[in-house]
Amino acid sequence: MELTRRDAMAIGACAVVATAVPFQASAATEAAMAFTGGAEPTEGGVTLTTPEIAENGNTVPIAVDAPGAVAIIIIAEGNPDPKTAEVAFGPMAGAQSISMRIRLAGTQNVVAIAKMADGSFVQASNAVKVTIGGCGG
Amino acid sequence: MASGVKPRVKVPKSAAAGSSITIKTLISHKMESGRRKDKQGNLIPRSIINRFTCEFNGQPVVEVAMEPSISTNPFFQFDAKVPESGEFKFTWYDDDGSVYEAAKSIEAT
Amino acid sequence: MKNKSLNGVFGLVAVTTFAIGTVSVWAETAPKPAKLVVNDESEMVTEVKPAEGISHLATAYDGWRFRASETQAVQSDDFENPGMIFVEQALDNWNKVDGTEGKSCASCHGAPEESMVGVRASYPKWDETMGKVATIEMEINNCRTTRMGAEPWKYTGGEMTTMNALISVQSRGMPVNVAIDGPAQSAWEHGKEMYYTRTGELELSCASCHEQHYGDKIRAETLSQGQINGFPSYRLKNGKLNSIHARFKGCVRDTRAETYKPGSQDFVDLELYVASRGNGLSVSGPSVRN
Repeated sequence: MELTRRDAMAIGACAVVATAVPFQASAATEAAMAFTGGAEPTEGGVTLTTPEIAENGNTVPIAVDAPGAVAIIIIAEGNPDPKTAEVAFGPMAGAQSISMRIRLAGTQNVVAIAKMADGSFVQASNAVKVTIGGCGG
Repeated sequence: MASGVKPRVKVPKSAAAGSSITIKTLISHKMESGRRKDKQGNLIPRSIINRFTCEFNGQPVVEVAMEPSISTNPFFQFDAKVPESGEFKFTWYDDDGSVYEAAKSIEAT
Repeated sequence: MKNKSLNGVFGLVAVTTFAIGTVSVWAETAPKPAKLVVNDESEMVTEVKPAEGISHLATAYDGWRFRASETQAVQSDDFENPGMIFVEQALDNWNKVDGTEGKSCASCHGAPEESMVGVRASYPKWDETMGKVATIEMEINNCRTTRMGAEPWKYTGGEMTTMNALISVQSRGMPVNVAIDGPAQSAWEHGKEMYYTRTGELELSCASCHEQHYGDKIRAETLSQGQINGFPSYRLKNGKLNSIHARFKGCVRDTRAETYKPGSQDFVDLELYVASRGNGLSVSGPSVRN
C-alpha cells in the first residue's frame, strides 16, 4: 500500500486529535488524584443517577448517593474544567446524598468518587449523551 | 452580581425529633464560567458562586465547593437530621466577595 | 395449509401498513400520556380538542408534553422551577415606584394575586383606547409611559419578561381564551395567514414544523406544536425566562428569513393567532423547556 500525500495529512490530523484527548483526560485524572491522594477507587458503594440523554447540556440533573461517605467529588470528564463539585457531609447530614444541576460540554462520562469513613474510595461512572438542539442550539 | 441575587430554600416547618428531612435550595446566579466570549470576542471573566454551606444549630450539614460546571441558578437537594428544634442556616459565597444568606427554623415534635 | 395461513398474516400486515400510511398525510406524532400536576395540587389541561376552523390540529398539546421526564419534573414543582425565582424578582419591581408620577404597579393594581387573575388567559386582546390588538407587554409599557411617567421597558428584556411571568402565573390553570372575532378578527386572520406562509431560504412556515411534524425529531430535538400557553418560558439553554416574541424571532431566523421585530404588529397578530390555537389549554407559565 502506498501512502498518498492526502493519507499522510489525514494521519497527521488524527495524531493531533489523539494528543488532544489525553490532555482532557488528564485534567479529569488530576482532579480525581487530588481528591483521592493517589488511591485507586473501587467500583460500587456509590450510586450516580444521570439521564441517559440530556435535553440540554447546560442543565443536566444528577444525583449521587453514597451511604457512609464523608465526601464526594463529581467530575465531568469532558468539560474544560472537569471538577464540578466537591461535597463534604457534616454530622447533621441526614444521608450522604445530594442532587444538583450541572453543565456538560458534550457527550461524556460523569464520575462520582466517594471518600468513605475508613479512608477508602469508591466510584461510579455514567455516560451521558448530550444532543445538539434542533433550532440553533 | 451582588444585586438581584435571590436565594430560596425549602425546609419543612416541623419534623419528628430524630428524623431526617429533605432540603432544597435554589439561588439566582449567572454562574459565568470564564470560558465564554462576548460579541467582540473578549473572554467574559469568571463570576460564580464558589461555595455553599448548610448548618443546623451551628453544626455542618453539607458544604459544597462549586466549580464553573455547576449550572446557572444553582440548585441543591440533600437530607438533614433534625435531633431538636432549631435553625438551618444557608450561605452562598460569590467570587466577588458577596455573601448571600438564608435561614429557616424548624420545630422538632 | 401452513403456508397459506402465513400468507394471510403477511397480507394483513401489508394492508395495515398501507392503511396507516393513508390515514395520516403528515408525520405528526402524539406525545406520551402524562399529567402535569403543579405542586402536587393543581392539574393543568395539557391536551384539548380545538374549536373548528382555527387550525388543522386534531388535538392541541401543551409543549410540556413533548419534553423529557427530567425536564417535565422541574416544571411540576414551583420550588424546582427556576422561572419562579424571576416571578419573585418581578414582585419587587411591581412594588417599586418608578417615573415622574411617583407610582408603582401596586399603586393602581394592588396585589397581583387579586388584580391580575385571568389577564394572561385573555391576551392578546383588542384594546379600545389603543385601537388595536395589544399584548401584555404593550399594556405594561402603556402603563409605564402614560400613567407612571416612566421609561418603557425593552419588549423582550428581563424586567418585561419577568413581569409578564408574574402576571401569567396569576392565571395558571385557567383555560386560554383569546377572542378572535369582533374588532380582533382582522388581526387574527393576518396572524393565521402568517402562520401558514412559507418564508426564508428554507421555505418553512410555522405549520411546516409545528402542525405537520410535531412529535417528530428535528436533529436530536423533539418538535412541539409551538403552543404559547406556557410562556414566559425558562429555558435550560440560556437559564432565563424567554418571551413569546423572542421565540418567534428565533424560529423565523431559523427559516433563514429576515425576522419581524419583537413588539411589531405582525408579531402581535401572529401571537393572537397562535394563542387561539391553544384555546382551552391551561395557562401554565412560567414553563420549563430545553
